Amino acid sequence: MAIEVRVPTILRSYTGGAKIVEGAGETLSALIDDLDAKHNGFKGRLITPEGGLHKFVNIYVNDEDVRFLGALEAKLSDGDSVTILPAVAGGALGFAAAAAILGR
Amino acid sequence: MARYESLLDACGGTPLVGLPRLSPTVPEGAPAVRLWAKLEDRNPTGSIKDRPALFMVREAEESGHLHPGDTILEPTSGNTGIALAMVAKLRGYRIVCVMPENVSAERVQLLRMYGAEIIFSPAAGGSNQAVATAKQIAAEHPDWKMLFQYGNPANARAHYETTGPELLHDLPTITHFVAGLGTTGTLMGTGRFLKEKVDGIQIIAAEPRYGELVYGLRNIDEGYVPELYDATVLDRRFSVGTRDAVLRTRQLVEVEGIFAGFSSGAILHAALAVAHEAVKAGRRADVAFVIADGGWKYLSTGAYGGTLNDAEEALEGQLWA
Repeated sequence: MAIEVRVPTILRSYTGGAKIVEGAGETLSALIDDLDAKHNGFKGRLITPEGGLHKFVNIYVNDEDVRFLGALEAKLSDGDSVTILPAVAGGALGFAAAAAILGR
Repeated sequence: MARYESLLDACGGTPLVGLPRLSPTVPEGAPAVRLWAKLEDRNPTGSIKDRPALFMVREAEESGHLHPGDTILEPTSGNTGIALAMVAKLRGYRIVCVMPENVSAERVQLLRMYGAEIIFSPAAGGSNQAVATAKQIAAEHPDWKMLFQYGNPANARAHYETTGPELLHDLPTITHFVAGLGTTGTLMGTGRFLKEKVDGIQIIAAEPRYGELVYGLRNIDEGYVPELYDATVLDRRFSVGTRDAVLRTRQLVEVEGIFAGFSSGAILHAALAVAHEAVKAGRRADVAFVIADGGWKYLSTGAYGGTLNDAEEALEGQLWA
């Protein structure tokens, strides 16, 4: 069972620079464990110490946000495509500047 | 109604048009699955942002945050800046927009035309420099007022009180509402209203997935989720890449004659996904989605012509929604 995982630039230090890696697992949780076994430390960047998905990480299965598909328990099938992205607001530059002014 | 006392009164009340050619074909005898586009480019400055701009200014006036002659500070080169500049002009405020100097010439011209003053941050410094410039400006002018659309409840309220009721009035049989996810104001406000009124309605977000260059600069620990965002309002959330957004934007104009910006293409992509699922399941569906703005401001990207590969390349590194 092969699942293609797209890795954001910021996490490629764990994958030896690879943009796309392969993993296996019947759920997202199992997939992340599998990836962590192959790329040590990967899991710690995605999952909080409490075991939930990191607030500023978005993971998509076939372009759909896993938080609406059961989060870490989301079911995966052979051939699925998983994309990991940092959370970025639309017009992110405007937000960053606005937040800076407001001191947030 | 087609007569208004002023341009501000003409905000909203946009047409909802059917898309008979882009709606999926259903087998004979199966329930209809229809797509409907809400043409938000028909607002006074040509985007959906006129609604929140007007509501945020009014709310700030009523709460005593804004006084006649005040200066509004808005760090954006986007539709919100343009909408706020128009509202500021008509309500008697000065507006200053902060933006990196590498934004497109048409953005700068549009903002100046509406009366905005522009302070540029050096392009070379990227977003860090823009943030530093904005901070410096705020420190020098503590009396300037910012409306902060990402956390301002009047942003979502604009859609709760206008976009939502308009949709329900024009399409009482609505089953799905699809819009873009930026500040999250459109989805939160419209979504909350429709969930209160329509049993079983699905609220669906289409989120732009930019080219790698955009995320390359992002650190996960410095991520951001707008204060307005409440995940319980949404039923599903799609991530739409540049290529799919461009493809759908082109289909909108080629097939239905609607000339829209790329964020609307991304929204259509998600709307088509749920429409096709309804066909497969043999369920009736009236899918309403948002055309956030027209394509005019994006012509200089060159992404409306040439191959999809060319377009993808042209938009690499750009925040196209």
